[in-house]
Amino acid sequence: MKTLRDVKVGETAKVVKLHGEGAVKRRIMDMGITKGVEVYVRKLAPLGDPIEVNVRNYELSLRKADAEMIEVQ
Amino acid sequence: MANELRIALAGNPNSGKTTLFNKLTGSAQFVGNWPGVTVEKKEGKLMVDKSVTVTDLPGIYSLSPYTLEEVVARNYLIEENPDAILNIVDGTNLERNLYLTTQLTELGIPTVIAINMMDLVRKKGDSINLKELSRQLGCKVVEISALKGDGIKEAAQAAIEAAKSGKTLPQHNFSGPVDHALAHIEEIALSKLPEERKRWYAVKLFERDEKAVEHLDLSASVKASVEEAIQAAEKELDDDAESIITNERYVYIAKMLKGIYKKKGSGELSTSDKIDKIVTNRFLALPIFAVIMWLVYALSMGAPIGDGGISIGTFLTDWANDVLGGAWLTDGSRAILESWNVAPWLVGLISDGIFAGVGAVLGFVPQMLVLFLMLCILEDCGYMARIAFIMDRIFRRFGLSGKSFIPMLVGTGCGIPGVMASRTIENERDRRMTVMTTTFIPCGAKMPIIGLIAGALFGGSTWVATSAYFIGIAAIVISGIMLKKTKMFAGDPAPFVMELPAYHVPSVGNVLRGTWERGWSFIKRAGTVIVLASIIIWFLSSFGTVNGKFGMVDALYEDEEVVTEEYVAQVADRMGIPEDEVEPMDDSILAHVAQPVSVIFKPLGFGDWKPTVATVTGLVAKEEVVGTFGVLYNFEARAQQAVDEETGELLFDENGEAVMEELEENGDQIWENVAADFNDFSGGHGKLAAYSFMIFNLLCAPCFAAIGAIKREMNSRKWTWFAIGYQCTFAYVVAFIVWQLGRLFAGGMNVIGLILALILLGLICWQLFKPYKEANKLTVK
Repeated sequence: MKTLRDVKVGETAKVVKLHGEGAVKRRIMDMGITKGVEVYVRKLAPLGDPIEVNVRNYELSLRKADAEMIEVQ
Repeated sequence: MANELRIALAGNPNSGKTTLFNKLTGSAQFVGNWPGVTVEKKEGKLMVDKSVTVTDLPGIYSLSPYTLEEVVARNYLIEENPDAILNIVDGTNLERNLYLTTQLTELGIPTVIAINMMDLVRKKGDSINLKELSRQLGCKVVEISALKGDGIKEAAQAAIEAAKSGKTLPQHNFSGPVDHALAHIEEIALSKLPEERKRWYAVKLFERDEKAVEHLDLSASVKASVEEAIQAAEKELDDDAESIITNERYVYIAKMLKGIYKKKGSGELSTSDKIDKIVTNRFLALPIFAVIMWLVYALSMGAPIGDGGISIGTFLTDWANDVLGGAWLTDGSRAILESWNVAPWLVGLISDGIFAGVGAVLGFVPQMLVLFLMLCILEDCGYMARIAFIMDRIFRRFGLSGKSFIPMLVGTGCGIPGVMASRTIENERDRRMTVMTTTFIPCGAKMPIIGLIAGALFGGSTWVATSAYFIGIAAIVISGIMLKKTKMFAGDPAPFVMELPAYHVPSVGNVLRGTWERGWSFIKRAGTVIVLASIIIWFLSSFGTVNGKFGMVDALYEDEEVVTEEYVAQVADRMGIPEDEVEPMDDSILAHVAQPVSVIFKPLGFGDWKPTVATVTGLVAKEEVVGTFGVLYNFEARAQQAVDEETGELLFDENGEAVMEELEENGDQIWENVAADFNDFSGGHGKLAAYSFMIFNLLCAPCFAAIGAIKREMNSRKWTWFAIGYQCTFAYVVAFIVWQLGRLFAGGMNVIGLILALILLGLICWQLFKPYKEANKLTVK
């Protein structure tokens, strides 16, 4: 399974499914990362975590551990 | 009044909501907190119609039950039932902003949408068909520029009209299976609710939103058939109900916007993107961050202007302390009152109690205002979110936010603005944790304590100060890890999924208003605690019973009929000091109470009345610990000064150093006394006892001013006491372990003490390493 964590900086991926449950999952979806949306991985924080992505035309940061819950293709 | 209209202002964070609120209400605002939580609440009267109240809801992305801000907002909307919602929407980011709109329109409250930042949309060459948007959403849409003030009146007017007349019914649909389930739920579970509320509760029941379910009080059989309907839809759409709803909202919005949002922009990098490319660049991010942090510190807390530094804050604070607080308020009021022949106790109460406390409060204000000014600028321009982005990796391990870096940094100068700076942290759990741990960092006023101990017992060794910082940081780390596993903290989830807003030039109005609001709330809320505490300590240290007569000890000691030689001998004997060292303060209530109380500190190695008194006066201001030693060890020149400084004046780095220089000049004597005394009462382990004393004073409850700030930020009596209680307990435990374990090596080991120390150490380690799982539910009502 490929997740958002595996997507390299500068690449775009399409969200297939969100795993996990509860608050974190809902928060990720509330911020616009839902099935079918394209996510562009813009950069890595200077200390290697979290990552910055562009989704629905705005910038969002999330931790790698949470990015692992997002299955992409 | 019944016909007064109430409008709720709702919208995403960074959508210009605060700016709009300021433009709508002008100066008529009331700032407070939502009851029982640390979330700020603002209300104001509409400028165009003073009978209309506007409530600024917290900035939110959704109405989920998972974050505190969202729960606060939805509780207000459902329970207080405002007459209308004014929903501000960032035109440059319609998709995500309208996601909240689709939820707001389900509440059945008349809604007006104000599209902000249309100028930026046009600048990109894009366009939005507002008429069509209004038709599709079923509510009035107006165009505004919150920053320039365009369209504000129209938006306000539209909201008033909607409040008087309209109803907003949700226009958006979900997919067939969901709509079917919702209709079914409305029928079986919600038939008694008013028509306009049905949709909201149907969706919430469908999402299995526990907070909404609780609210409805359904019978078990109804619950079962609701669950059946949900499961049918879930099976058909192969996803969980919550995800289905979220998904379909976004799908609906994307579809709707296809015909409404005309994109012409070439997709070229915006100015904001270009700035961000540099500012959070892999290699430049940390240096830039360091420079910005240095500037924040140097301007607010650093060395003052005219003394090799650039800090206008410290410059003004020094002035406020020395001139305004010390000379004008305290000494000035004393001179005036004495010239009026006012009774000495009243002079003392007013000058040394009340005015000294007021002076102490005012002393912080300049530094605080400069600091808040810079924090407001960082927040308004969008850099604050990047700080969290850069520092998150380090701080999240200790249950803190990347933004906790600023409070800690500021805390090295003074803990009070440090605690207040925690306001920028959006997650309540992180915020509370930061408030609790910030004062562990040795602040400027604790430096004299470190200097005294290092000078008196460790031959001025620099490792004492270094170890103090190390202990402070370790205390934060250990406390963070331990506390996040406790019941008080474990309940709240802290997902770090954060928007990085576009950079923009900060608005002067917003920044100034934000700065003033924070400064004022400190004066008002923290100020009362500080003044009250100053009065109490003043009373305890200047009143007492001398030879059977109660009164001000200074006055009684001048009366030779009361203070006979015989009596002095008695006091000297009681206190265990030579006769010529007997001071009026030795008869104060504080000194009398200190003797029995000092038993508490016996297991820490400094169970003597002098360190006990010093620890208590340290609550007024930490450098008072040194001042008190000066008085108690009969250090005349120093004593005179200490009286002056009992104004509660807080010394910062420079002043702290100045005190130390004086002590160094005439210091040998007091150092010898301190060293001799510590060696004496600790049975020859003076160094260890002094180090334990220092640790306790660094980690225990901070000065009253900082306690006031903690109370202000916690906005809860329970949490304030919890914070203070934790700090004192932690300080006690650490000092206990150091003293007991230390004697294992230094000799004079106490077996029971050693066993207890090892048990405590074991408990700390157990709490540190026990597994921990982040909770998923929010525990707020």
